[in-house]
Amino acid sequence: MKIFGYDIPPVFSLLIWISLWEIAGQLQLAFILPPFSAVVVELFELVQRPDFQSAAYQTFESFVIGMTIAIIAGVALGFLMGSNRIANSVLGMWVNIMASAPLSSLVPVLMLLFGLGQLTIIVTVILFSTWIIALDTYAGVHHISPSLREMGRSFGASRFQLLTRVLFWAALPEILAGIRMGLIRAVKGIVIGQLLVSVVALGRLFRTFSDNFQFEEFWALTIALFIFALLFSSAIGWLEHKVEYYAATRN
Amino acid sequence: MSTAAVAQMPDQNASTEDNIVEVRNITKYYGEDIHALDSINLGFPTGQMTTLLGPSGCGKTTLLKIIAGLLETTEGEVLIHGKPVFGPGPERAFVFQDFALLPWATVIENVGFGLELTNKGTKPEREEKAKHYINEVGLGGFEYKYPHELSGGMRQRVGLARALAVNAEVLLMDEPFSAVDEQTRRKFQEDLLYLLANEKKSVIFVTHSIEEAVYVSDQIVLLSPRPGRIHSIIRPEISRDSTPDEIRRDKRYLDTVEEIWTNLRKYLD
Amino acid sequence: MSAVAPSVDKISGPTKKSEKILGMTDTLFYRIVSVFALFAIWEIAGRIPISVAFPTFSSTMGALWDMILDGRMFNAYAETLKPLAVGVSISAVFGVAIGVGMGLNRLMQWFWEPIFVVLQASPVAALIPLITYAYGIGLTAKTVAVIMLAAPIIVLNSYKAVRNANPSLIQMCQSFQGTRFQVIWQVIIPSAAPVIFAGLRLGVAAGFIGVILAELLITPTGVGDLISYHRSVAEYQYMYAAVFTVILFSAIMVGLLEVAEVKYFRPEKKKGH
Repeated sequence: MKIFGYDIPPVFSLLIWISLWEIAGQLQLAFILPPFSAVVVELFELVQRPDFQSAAYQTFESFVIGMTIAIIAGVALGFLMGSNRIANSVLGMWVNIMASAPLSSLVPVLMLLFGLGQLTIIVTVILFSTWIIALDTYAGVHHISPSLREMGRSFGASRFQLLTRVLFWAALPEILAGIRMGLIRAVKGIVIGQLLVSVVALGRLFRTFSDNFQFEEFWALTIALFIFALLFSSAIGWLEHKVEYYAATRN
Repeated sequence: MSTAAVAQMPDQNASTEDNIVEVRNITKYYGEDIHALDSINLGFPTGQMTTLLGPSGCGKTTLLKIIAGLLETTEGEVLIHGKPVFGPGPERAFVFQDFALLPWATVIENVGFGLELTNKGTKPEREEKAKHYINEVGLGGFEYKYPHELSGGMRQRVGLARALAVNAEVLLMDEPFSAVDEQTRRKFQEDLLYLLANEKKSVIFVTHSIEEAVYVSDQIVLLSPRPGRIHSIIRPEISRDSTPDEIRRDKRYLDTVEEIWTNLRKYLD
Repeated sequence: MSAVAPSVDKISGPTKKSEKILGMTDTLFYRIVSVFALFAIWEIAGRIPISVAFPTFSSTMGALWDMILDGRMFNAYAETLKPLAVGVSISAVFGVAIGVGMGLNRLMQWFWEPIFVVLQASPVAALIPLITYAYGIGLTAKTVAVIMLAAPIIVLNSYKAVRNANPSLIQMCQSFQGTRFQVIWQVIIPSAAPVIFAGLRLGVAAGFIGVILAELLITPTGVGDLISYHRSVAEYQYMYAAVFTVILFSAIMVGLLEVAEVKYFRPEKKKGH
């Protein structure tokens, strides 16, 4: 897109969308949609509120714990799937089912089993993100060129060395891509989990705001979560970019 | 017709004293119906360059990978210094067709990789050794570059340096120049011969280029396809004292190329 | 490492061929074993029981059978699938159109790509409770939930599909004097079709998530209601049966769409599996 010979980056089209939002809000077209500017003002107030901060901290904690477990489990599953034909076929079936299943329907079950607290949120995060990490890790392991394995073997690598010195690094670009996808899903999972549980952390805030028609606060909270998700995934994206050069050298 | 000595009996050079590598009665099936190699008996003389040459499907790379211990045989055995070997070992080093460099490691880390895996020496010693061979293959100054910053020819020099660094007696080279452009390839062939003259290595070299085989080899094993069998063994007997350009115009060189082509063309469909 | 010894029974080299167990391929056999193993673990865990809210597999299947017999299951799915079908159809028509447009036109791409990337990456599910205020709790609200989740995936996949059309095929078509129209209809669209279809498949899966979520969060109808109602009256085996059908239904639906995709769009992939 060029205007007067200047390249306008695509991100700037978001400004148009935001202006549309602002106009719709100012005209009061829908009572659930306050003007964007009011939401931004509210966002700054919200992040200073102690109830937001403690809720955000609780949510963040569940997120980090859940993600750590999901990464370890997902990468291990992916390598297991890449290790032999039977494991691939059996685990592959389950991982694929779980990756595309409407896991939100399981959240009520988790609430029953793990109570209405943080544990349910953590399990939700794990449930939402593990499978995509496993699938991407497997894709990475699957695409490692056979000659790289042969190279490791012919220079005397043990099975453990082959795994930690060659295969893990060779699959790293896909593993990172999987983690990024897993993060995005985990944030979605955390939102869904908290909407359904809605007695802890940010979920309670969501419920309070929407029950009391505090739409500015509601949107501010939503945007805070959007920003969190985008920051996190661009951090992983940056890491991915660092290892991208060697992903490109493979065929 | 030919000035090159042709050993018609394939078994003739097998099981002599000074063969560093021998293969006995190697048969290889992939699955139940693909017969890749059929009763190969072959000796690879110490300190010489032996080329496995043949059309695609003749099993030359399969044979090389069996010698490397990367593939299992269906029947037969591989002997090094007269002793049967199982799997890869420190006396053999492999140079890969697609280089097989670690893309996340620098040149010096790649060259030192084989030493590191088997914990040979301290870290400074390994680096010292890696540097030496990086210089040997003509890559001095590129120690801290990554593979993606190098050209195809330079990458294969890294692969060669890595194989030399582990100080194996036998170098196994699987079409090492096939992913390299023609000019680089010729220069590389010359450098390889120069390098090997000082290193006292035995080399087993797989190629599908007749010219390359005749140019670099002391002994050429012609394989015929489906299943892979030894067709004949040719010793080009070209003087290595002449310059590369003289060799490429040498009558014996040209005649040997022609003779091999006559032998191989009947396998083309 | 591997022994290099002459032996006839080693004929099956490194190309691992599947073996037959009980007349089926071994992978299928082990898959079925894993399904039965899971059900067995479920049954045992339910009998211990690990929690009062964890019914056994057999009682869950009994509840499922009840609900199938009295028609509740059928009615619930009819209720759930309506907004899914409507929402996915709308998302497909507009999503593919916008996505293909983005792939063909720089301005379209400039305008639409960032907003859909943001929508795709962000937890739009957070907005589902808001839908109630705008559209009530009827079919419309559920349809909107489906569109919110399905459309971004369909748009972005269609866009990527068109963007990645093989440039040498396009140049080939141009060099034979193909018009822009011919290039689009005879080269770009056909070569993008598999990825567009894959996007639709993902869109259906996402839309299903959207409709279930809407039913759990805002409109107590359909399968979502079967889950929340039986939870509230503590008839857990019925609740688990409903969740079980949701997972099963999505697995079957996605599986069928995958089979269709391979059959009609990627015949070259058939052998790879």
